[in-house]
Amino acid sequence: MPDSILVLSGITKRFDREEVLKGFDLTIKDGEFFTLLGPSGCGKSTVLRLIAGLEQADAGSIRLAGHEIATLPAERRPVNTVFQSYALFPHMNVFDNVAFGLRMSGIAREEITPRVNEALAAVRLSDYAQRRPHQLSGGQQQRVAIARAVVNRPRVLLLDESLSALDYKLRRQMQIELKQLQRKLGITFIYVTHDQEEALSMSDRVLVMDQGRAMQIGTPREIYEEPCNLFVARFIGEINIFSATILRPLGEYRYLAQVNGVEKTLRFEQQAAAGDEVHVLLRPEDLRVEYIADAPVDRSGYVGAVLERNYTGQTLDSLIRLESGQDLLVSEFFNEDDPDIDYRIGERVWVDWVAGWEHVIAKESW
Amino acid sequence: MSFRQLAIGVTLAWLALFVLAPHILVLLTSLLSPDTQQLASYPFTLESYVRLWEPVYASAFWQSFWLSLLTTGICLLIGYPFAWTLARLPKLPRALLLFLMMVPFWTNSLIRTYAIKLILGAKGLINSTLLSLGLIDAPLQLLYTPFAVIFGLVYILLPFMVLPLVTTFSKLDNRLLEAARDLGATRLQRFMQVILPLSMPGVIAGSLIVFLPAMGMFYVADLLGGAKNLLLGNIIKNQFLVVRDWPFGAALSITLIVLMGLLLRFYALANRRINRQGGLDDNAL
Repeated sequence: MPDSILVLSGITKRFDREEVLKGFDLTIKDGEFFTLLGPSGCGKSTVLRLIAGLEQADAGSIRLAGHEIATLPAERRPVNTVFQSYALFPHMNVFDNVAFGLRMSGIAREEITPRVNEALAAVRLSDYAQRRPHQLSGGQQQRVAIARAVVNRPRVLLLDESLSALDYKLRRQMQIELKQLQRKLGITFIYVTHDQEEALSMSDRVLVMDQGRAMQIGTPREIYEEPCNLFVARFIGEINIFSATILRPLGEYRYLAQVNGVEKTLRFEQQAAAGDEVHVLLRPEDLRVEYIADAPVDRSGYVGAVLERNYTGQTLDSLIRLESGQDLLVSEFFNEDDPDIDYRIGERVWVDWVAGWEHVIAKESW
Repeated sequence: MSFRQLAIGVTLAWLALFVLAPHILVLLTSLLSPDTQQLASYPFTLESYVRLWEPVYASAFWQSFWLSLLTTGICLLIGYPFAWTLARLPKLPRALLLFLMMVPFWTNSLIRTYAIKLILGAKGLINSTLLSLGLIDAPLQLLYTPFAVIFGLVYILLPFMVLPLVTTFSKLDNRLLEAARDLGATRLQRFMQVILPLSMPGVIAGSLIVFLPAMGMFYVADLLGGAKNLLLGNIIKNQFLVVRDWPFGAALSITLIVLMGLLLRFYALANRRINRQGGLDDNAL
């Protein structure tokens, strides 16, 4: 791949005999904002530390811009890390922290000062150069850590859960700043997080990991709308899962299927035969709720009772228990002109999904 | 009376009786005139403090100062890498080694000093080994030299250097070292730029609690250095027990106490500065 900057192949890593990564492959494109997403302990941070050189792989190769770097010590790899704890040097002021990498590589003093000032300007901390890290807020320390890394003009910038210590509002703001900075600098960012919202909002591509294995790689939209398995579907956002049985193919990847007791037409982009079992995945916003009286007679939906209503400001989230006993989470956007979407708890309603918005995957053992 | 008041009261009474009162007595004695019959007598005078400036005592003071400084330096050179290694060990071996380091404290340091005398003597362990190996023809004069005194002082005081350093190194955030590596710092650069400046509180603490006792450990100098008044502690002891000039001995004691107080004050200031600023000031730019 000509535009790839970083290629990991066949990476195996063990800690105390426990295999954290096994034959792990990953290709990162030059200039992209790439996110490793997964629950804690899935190996995503290990991948980052292997790239940085802070851990040594037991097997496999890491090629950066065509050069093997797996054998290089961390201090000689042209990558830099923004640590989760920031790891700012407490005995140095902000300027010296940012200048650290440049000084270590023996860059001339005349060049250091303008480059540090430029990096501090990029993170809007020019006025704080003489402060000590402990005199800064969490968000400011975060920005120093970013400046300290990008000032070295690394080929790849590694960010290890870098925003997780910030409060919600600051995190949202830093997400936007980080994305802008990445566009401005044109550096490849590899971001590690367990926060799916963060991953979806910032990334060009996302890799979802679980137990040391890659589950799915794709754009945030692909990951969210077309999860390849139940783990990804459940990990990213809320999901409703129906079990279904294929009745017969209708051609062009369309199938007639029995879904939770109702015959529905499904779009499933695989070959399937009558009797095959599948999962129908539906996001809460794919579903529609109607009063029983408003439901058309021919509608092939489901009857259920409203268990809970949850007003979030933007949406009305309802938990609906179907007659089959299954619970569905429905999320409806408010429409000022439609006063309909206000149900009493316990009220019986119709639920159905917008035809074609379902995502179907092959049956997995739960 | 509550338990709290009782505890504080007992402590205060103890300190007043056995610390404050003796010190006041020493201070008063230092201001009296020497008297060989009655140890000290009126009138009050500053005579003893003036005598401190006599060249013979000034030079003894300097000699004592340098011996202690050298002891501190050697303890630091040995203790620093040792403490670093210790702090990086897994919990169990670290605890074991720390325990082994403390074991000699079960034996009185005076007795251990006698043991060193046996090791360093003309027929001691070192000389007999070197002789039997044929490396030397006649026993080396090890005992009753400044070397022997420093040897003894380092032996006794080394743990006091190691313990604060181990504490400092244990608190050193390993992630800072990873960050330094990530930013391209070599092993030497990591030591000079991160480890050394961040371990300064431990270095200062260890140096003080080695240096201050070293000035006064008269029995080590007596046993291993011969009767040469090598340390300030020896001179003080001799003023009281041999020369019987109590006021002058007391004046020397007060001087030593004031000196130690100043050093401790310096340590407190340095520590506060390090804590407040998060490290030593290196704003050279």
